[in-house]
Amino acid sequence: MSIHLILFLAFGAVCVAGAINLLAQTHPINSALSLIAVMAALAGEYLLLGAEFVAAVQVIVYAGAIMVLFVFTIMLLNAGEEERTKGSRVATLFGVPGILIASVLVGWMVLRHSGTEAVAAGALPGDPRTIGQLLFHDFLLPFEITSVLILIAIMGSVVLASKPPTTPRSVSVRKVD
Amino acid sequence: MVPISYYLVLSGFLFACGVAGFLIKRNIITIFMSIELMLNGVNLSFVAFAAHWHVIAGEAKGLVPLSGQVFVFFVMVVAAAEAAVGLAIIIAVYRNRETLNVDQLNLLKL
Repeated sequence: MSIHLILFLAFGAVCVAGAINLLAQTHPINSALSLIAVMAALAGEYLLLGAEFVAAVQVIVYAGAIMVLFVFTIMLLNAGEEERTKGSRVATLFGVPGILIASVLVGWMVLRHSGTEAVAAGALPGDPRTIGQLLFHDFLLPFEITSVLILIAIMGSVVLASKPPTTPRSVSVRKVD
Repeated sequence: MVPISYYLVLSGFLFACGVAGFLIKRNIITIFMSIELMLNGVNLSFVAFAAHWHVIAGEAKGLVPLSGQVFVFFVMVVAAAEAAVGLAIIIAVYRNRETLNVDQLNLLKL
C-alpha cells in the first residue's frame, strides 16, 4: 500500500464523513462547517493529483470566501433548527430506486475498471505559471466573459439584498420642518 | 499511484450526497450548500481527468493539456457568482416571508 493510496483514502474518508454529516445535521451552521471540512479535504486530493494551484484556490476561494458568505448569511438570518416535515412521495418514489441503480452502477464500474491506468501523484505540472499561461492565452475569451459575469453578479446581489425604500426620507424631513 | 476510478467514485459519491441533500433538506440555505457540494464533486472529476489525460495522451496535438484544471476555475467563478446572487435572493425571501423553510415558500403553488 503506497503512501499515495493511504493519503487518498485518508482525505477521501474525511470527504465522505463530511458529506454524510452535512445530510445528517439539522442545524445549518453544522452543515456549513462539515462542508468546509469536505472542501479542505478535497484540496488535499487536488494536491495528490498534482494540481497545486487548484488546491490553493480551493482553500482560499471555496473554504474561505464562499463558505464565509454562507456562515455570514446563516448568522444574519438567525437560522435555527430545521423543521421536520413529512417527506414528499415523489422523492420516495424516485429516490429509493435511483439510489439502488446508482450504487449498482458505481459498484459495477469499480469492479470492471479497477485495473485502469494509474494517476501518479504530482504527475502534471499544475503550477501557477502553467495555469496562468493557459488562462491568458488559450482561454482568454472565456476568462474575459467571466469578468462580465462577476460584474453582473455583483450588481444583482447589491440590488437584491438592498432594502427596498419604505418611506421617502424627504417627506419625513418636510413633516418635521 | 491511485487509479482514476477511485477518484471518480469519490466524485460520484459527493455528487450523490449533494443530490440527496437537495431533495431531503428543508432549509433553503442547506439546499444551497448541497448545490456547492455537487459542484465540488464535479471539480474533483475535472482535475482527475486532467491528470488522467495528461498521463495517457501526453502532449497530443489539438488537446490542450491541463484544460481540466482551467475549467475548475471557471466552475469556481460560477459558484462564487451563484453563491452571491443566491444568498441575496435568500435574504430578500426571508425579508418578505420571515421563513427559511422551503415548504412554506409555496406562493406559486396552485
